[in-house]
Amino acid sequence: MGFLDIKNATKSYGPVRVLHETDISVEEGEFLVLVGPSGCGKSTLLNMIAGLEDVTSGEIAIRGRRMNEVRPADRNIAMVFQSYALYPNMNVAQNMAFGLEMHGVPKAERDKAVKDVAELLQITPLLNRKPGQLSGGQRQRVAMGRALVRQPDVFLFDEPLSNLDAKLRVDMRTEIKKLHQKLKTTIVYVTHDQIEALTLSTRIAVMYGGYVQQLGTPKEIYDNPANMFVAGFMGSPSMNLFPAKVELENGQAAARISLVDGKSAILPFAPGNAMASQEGRKIILGIRPEAITDEDGADRNSQAIHKLESVVEVTEPAGSDTFVVTQLGGKEVTARFRADVEVRPGDSFPFAVNMEKAVAFDPETEMRISG
Amino acid sequence: MATAAATTNAGAGSAQVIRTGAGSRYVIYTLLILFCLYYLLPLYVMVVNSLKPLSEIQAGGMMALPDALTFAPWASAWSSAQVGVEATGLRPYFLNSILMVVPAVAISTVLGALNGYVLTKWRFRGDTIVFGLLLFGCFIPFQMVLIPMARMLGLMGIAGTVPGLVFVHLVYGIGFSTLYFRNYYQQFPTELVRAAMIDGAGFFTIFRRIMLPSSGPIAVVCIIWQFTNIWNDFLFGASFSDFDSQPMTVALNNLVQSSTGVKEYNVHFAGAIMAALPTLFVYIVAGRFFVRGLMAGSVKG
Repeated sequence: MGFLDIKNATKSYGPVRVLHETDISVEEGEFLVLVGPSGCGKSTLLNMIAGLEDVTSGEIAIRGRRMNEVRPADRNIAMVFQSYALYPNMNVAQNMAFGLEMHGVPKAERDKAVKDVAELLQITPLLNRKPGQLSGGQRQRVAMGRALVRQPDVFLFDEPLSNLDAKLRVDMRTEIKKLHQKLKTTIVYVTHDQIEALTLSTRIAVMYGGYVQQLGTPKEIYDNPANMFVAGFMGSPSMNLFPAKVELENGQAAARISLVDGKSAILPFAPGNAMASQEGRKIILGIRPEAITDEDGADRNSQAIHKLESVVEVTEPAGSDTFVVTQLGGKEVTARFRADVEVRPGDSFPFAVNMEKAVAFDPETEMRISG
Repeated sequence: MATAAATTNAGAGSAQVIRTGAGSRYVIYTLLILFCLYYLLPLYVMVVNSLKPLSEIQAGGMMALPDALTFAPWASAWSSAQVGVEATGLRPYFLNSILMVVPAVAISTVLGALNGYVLTKWRFRGDTIVFGLLLFGCFIPFQMVLIPMARMLGLMGIAGTVPGLVFVHLVYGIGFSTLYFRNYYQQFPTELVRAAMIDGAGFFTIFRRIMLPSSGPIAVVCIIWQFTNIWNDFLFGASFSDFDSQPMTVALNNLVQSSTGVKEYNVHFAGAIMAALPTLFVYIVAGRFFVRGLMAGSVKG
């Protein structure tokens, strides 16, 4: 049993089921990120934890106490909203103290709590301002301050950074992470931004279509996606997915992929890979852009670097890297080259593929073929 | 080239001012001033004639300024003129109107705000039907409810009293005040209510601490609307009041009708101005919020 338990929870609006049976157990001090595209059920799940939406079936428990029938105010949670939801008629200090006031905390204690948190977040000079007089980043801080003052069991964040501009978003992301490391609080954080998910979380639940597609650490999610949705959703640029066929080459499993000129290439799987038993099977091969590189940029520790020649279609210099697009298995494939590699569209160029990082999916079920 | 420049201008168009020549502006202002004078003319006639002795009016100088300035007509209209059978002036009826308007406006505004709050932030099954019915109530013609209302007031034992009139106006007013507040609160971010719920505020605390402080503009609109309508109402006042509970409008009518020989036009004018002053006062005090509040529902920001 964890600190926050979601047991078999579902949510339906009439006949429409927006969240299917979901089981997540969050440990104390964990930073769980719910990530997925719009309408995947992540915000619904967060609102169910907050008590703003009823649980249709199943149970939500915090510290072993069933919460289904408990009012939001009595769950000892705090929430940071996408719009910050600062009370426009109160100044920053009143905003932060409001929750304490509602819970009957005496004025002297409230003032002290507000003062401490304001110092922690460096918003002391803003305490007497109204929300309308604050910038986006300042409002964001105040909204977090309002949550922190309460010292709740669980913090809930509902896309807190999506209203900030790109630069500020990165800064606040680091700040939230620092804050979590310092305070060791339990956080459930909803976002549709996979980078936020990967950088902030200790664990990620990738959601789609009302189902949790995969629950795991950022590394597990990134390296071993459970299905093609997770593979495509997490990581930027997203994982290359292209058809291949399993063959045996010198007794070792290998993937045969077609090239653009009607030729084909063979890419042996890493030694010890269990794909040998799948001989003849059609698969979807998943390889991240950083595992397809120029020869000198390949991972020196890998035991399974294989070369293949392919025609470069487009190059996209991105400063620190150059992304090179080519065709493998009839699909566009993005490779990540070092920035200073001389490569021109139309060239035939040797690509180094790190097969240790390759994963295989079933084309029908889109599920990972364990290997 | 010229077209290109024009389109860029239109595209940049941050300050879209309609430019007119000096000549046409001259015409526009002249017209506006004429209209203004035309609208102010009745007020001028009323004020001027209420400050004249009756003899001057009878001599036929309706538009002329008073030769002998006198406040006697005002004093008479206020405290001694014949209204119906009694020579009390309008004072007791003015008081009746105040006693009717203030509670009716206050209660219907508060209830309208509560209704709007529930209909937007605490939605329930069938809430649109409830709102539809309230809205329907706004558009029922006054005449249709006269007889049922009289029966109800009789059953409740408040027929012919000021509280009875308050009740009638309250019932009629709630439809409008709910409409105003519902539309206003529809734009009010629901996340604020949710945040307050998580902070531990209850139904009425959220209403009082979060919703009401942001409701200034729409409350002003609602108050002006209700005040004007209830103060100026004649039909309900004439139908549901007794001699001692008549509102100002009915009393003014009685003042004008109950002439004991000579028609005292100067007193009538003074009485009519008295009947109009409170609404005028409310407009001047709160009017600048009025348009702002009316627009608040339709345009964000």
